[in-house]
Amino acid sequence: MDILRIIDLHLGFTIHGLARDVVKGVSLRVPAGKTVALVGESGSGKSVISQAIMGLLPRAGAITGGEILFRDPLAPDNPIDIASLPAEGKEIRSLRGGRIGMIFQEPMSSLSPVHTIGNQIEEALQLHRPTPKPEARALIETMLKRVGFKDPARAFGLYSFELSGGLRQRAMLAMALICKPALLIADEPTTALDVTIQAQVLDLMRDLQAEMGMAILLITHDLGVVANMADEVVVIYHGEIMESGPVEDIFRRPRHPYLKALLKASPHFDMEEGERLVALREARPRPPAAPRSVETLQHAVEAAPLLSVRGLRKAYTTGSRSFFGKGTQHTVLAVDDVGFDIRRGECLGLVGESGCGKTTVSKIIMRAVTPDAGTIRFDDGQAQIDVLGLEGEDLRAFRPRVQMIFQDPVSSLSPRMTVMSILREPLAIHDKGHGSEQTARVKALMEDVGLDVRFLNRYPHSFSGGQRQRIGIARALALDPDLIICDEPVSALDVSVQAQILNLLKDLQAERGLTFLFISHNLAVVNYMADRIAVMANGRIVEIAPRRALFSRPMHPYTRALLKSVPFADLDRKLDFKLAAPGGASDASHWAPAFRRDPDGEALTHLALGEGHYVLARPGADIREMA
Amino acid sequence: MLLKYILKRILVMIPTLLITSALIFNVINLPEGDYFETLSAEMQAQGEKADLSRIEFLKKEYGFDRPVTERYFWWVAGLLQGDMGYSFEYQRPVREIVGDRLMLTMIVSFVTIIFTWIVAFPIGIYSATHQYSWGDYGLTFIGLIGLAVPHFLLALVFMYMANVWFGTSIGGLVDPQYLNQPMSWAKAASVLEHLWIPVIIIGAGGTAGMIRSVRANLLDELQKQYYVTARAKGLPPGKALRKYPLRMSLNFFVSDIGDILPSIVSGAEIVAIVLSLQTTGPLLIRALQSQDMYLAGSFLMFLSFLTVIGVLISDIALAILDPRIRLQGAATK
Repeated sequence: MDILRIIDLHLGFTIHGLARDVVKGVSLRVPAGKTVALVGESGSGKSVISQAIMGLLPRAGAITGGEILFRDPLAPDNPIDIASLPAEGKEIRSLRGGRIGMIFQEPMSSLSPVHTIGNQIEEALQLHRPTPKPEARALIETMLKRVGFKDPARAFGLYSFELSGGLRQRAMLAMALICKPALLIADEPTTALDVTIQAQVLDLMRDLQAEMGMAILLITHDLGVVANMADEVVVIYHGEIMESGPVEDIFRRPRHPYLKALLKASPHFDMEEGERLVALREARPRPPAAPRSVETLQHAVEAAPLLSVRGLRKAYTTGSRSFFGKGTQHTVLAVDDVGFDIRRGECLGLVGESGCGKTTVSKIIMRAVTPDAGTIRFDDGQAQIDVLGLEGEDLRAFRPRVQMIFQDPVSSLSPRMTVMSILREPLAIHDKGHGSEQTARVKALMEDVGLDVRFLNRYPHSFSGGQRQRIGIARALALDPDLIICDEPVSALDVSVQAQILNLLKDLQAERGLTFLFISHNLAVVNYMADRIAVMANGRIVEIAPRRALFSRPMHPYTRALLKSVPFADLDRKLDFKLAAPGGASDASHWAPAFRRDPDGEALTHLALGEGHYVLARPGADIREMA
Repeated sequence: MLLKYILKRILVMIPTLLITSALIFNVINLPEGDYFETLSAEMQAQGEKADLSRIEFLKKEYGFDRPVTERYFWWVAGLLQGDMGYSFEYQRPVREIVGDRLMLTMIVSFVTIIFTWIVAFPIGIYSATHQYSWGDYGLTFIGLIGLAVPHFLLALVFMYMANVWFGTSIGGLVDPQYLNQPMSWAKAASVLEHLWIPVIIIGAGGTAGMIRSVRANLLDELQKQYYVTARAKGLPPGKALRKYPLRMSLNFFVSDIGDILPSIVSGAEIVAIVLSLQTTGPLLIRALQSQDMYLAGSFLMFLSFLTVIGVLISDIALAILDPRIRLQGAATK
């Protein structure tokens, strides 16, 4: 029996008086108790379909044709056509939250920050199944326990900002499932989570599905998640279904070129050395960027590392001085004894979960944050610069040597500046050339990143996410830096655009002899980009190794957990969900004793395993044996 | 503890008030000369012979032969004991002159704030939920007119119309026969009868501004994901709106309380003159003109005190309203 059957659905948006079809005749079904994945890029119409099912289309949108038949297992004989229900009527409201639950991508913004978790879950319960207070509370606590809260009674009174990202999504699940819906719509439920947390939440969703027998409509762009979760797959592109069928057929025998291309565009671990990602739509061809001055290139041959970081330490005091009571001052070591070298022309990957301190490290190198201890040496070709000791004019002169590419291409470009002024600003700040020279330089930069020079007078809002990220890259290149720090440069982008940007970065690196510090939580992306990889957990680098060594012989339990949590877009290599540690992989108490600090013994140290492979462990521990 | 938090806030108030008092004292002192010089100049201009010895005596009496800093400390010390000083012009203690007017000022200001909120919130909510509808455009238009028309002009128009249509003489806040009478029910009724016109005039600009900010804030909040979540739970739209976005947008207004007070009071000054209300506005302006040092200074101090209290109230209300401030606010540095 199909819980949900969408027949020839058309959705249209009216923007500035112009009607536009965003969903053009989509048909799909969700069988009872099964998971159907709706896969597509942003703008493909997949989220709009989910909004239509919930009757929550934005005001500009409307259903212009077709049926959305919902067959409630409790009343299987009279299916309801959601498309024909009045948008704010009683019927649709009793379905929403009651029979159809929904969870969203951003668990932080999906929960109200000024109401407790318990309050928000109880609201859903009381709306659809009025229950006396004490019983409601008991029900909710059982549910909270089921989704993984260790102390449900306490969790009831917590606010969303007091929870970690994973727990927030669990709370959302509890809220969506408290009325035992027949269908759960999950709109990119794990995209904002770390890989190990993602594995846990996906696992929880599967368990709950088995227990409660609900169907899941899983909306995602991640083929790895699809391969591990879905029974059936529907691929959507520009509002039209490209391909649909059982997951076996789709992955083993993709017929449609779009799906084949999508599979090729995502970086994965089995890529050959030197293999390039194939972007879905080939980017505008661009002439190779001019190599940098001969002098610097010659220098690149020399062995001295470009950047040498030693013993970096930064503590934040997050005094949770609570409102009622004295409170305690916590000191969190965001960065704890971090050291690494970056050689000229290489790309060092820095991997870790959110909150592990990787962004703090990048900010310290940029001199945006002052560390408590440590040294950073930068080799500018003539002398070793003590980066942390720079002051005034020296610091100003150093700034152009290190530039940054940011994660969010929207908020990192000022909406009030044209591309011309954005790219020119660094030149103006550092007095590089005069008017016409600067203009020429800006034009050359646009060519370098594959953007049309005619776009220079436009504002950032008229560009797509990928194009904006190109502008961000051009801005970082403007001052001809030696080192570029890329902080999650592609995690806000679609798979196809991601491939374009990664290829662009690779080409620029080769053409101009750039050095990258590439920060990411996505192991596949780092694998594609980096020569060496450093893995960070709890503020420390736990393992650092050449790319191949790290992926073939990971030593540290944290690295292993990370590698095991990455979902592959491959049916033969499904995730072993149960491996993920309950407190997240960075919870040191689950690591083998050799990797934990001995309370009485010496501090942990980096043991050399040869070929530049180091792992953080107790001094003298026999790591080979552990492997 | 809440008490501790409040205590801390109050402690912060002390340096704020001290700095304000120094500023006020200095600014009033800035123009050349002092009250006595202005007085003797005025008298000479009118052809009267200034009684120089009397002026010298007064100068000495009020400590004008001492350095400015010393006078400042005497003034502050007096304020702390509730002594607002002595008005040269009226030859009476400031407290006596200001007392009655302060009461009326506070009534007018308070009622204006309430009026602003009562009118602005429903209209703002309507505008936000019916964005780009004719209703939204119409209300926005009226609001912009309210924002753009100067207070004194509005006051003149109202005065004329009220007289022509209702026959009320709205000059003043009470009917003439109650002037200088002790407070009675009849007088209170008369105040109420006259109150609405200044309230509308003074509130017009504020209301229009408030409508715009309710609308803008609520529009922001309506885009937020948690509002979609609330509706995805099956909440009826009205209820969802009240519980989530409206609650969130309240923060903005609570934190605004501190700012509202002085802006209303200062806007009211000019209106008060036009309508010849017996509030403090005309008094203050006159005192500033004639450099009636203690009258102006003490009065301004009182206003700053009100503002600081307003900020305190809004801080406390925010902490109660928003758990993020209560539980985190002090934590993040």
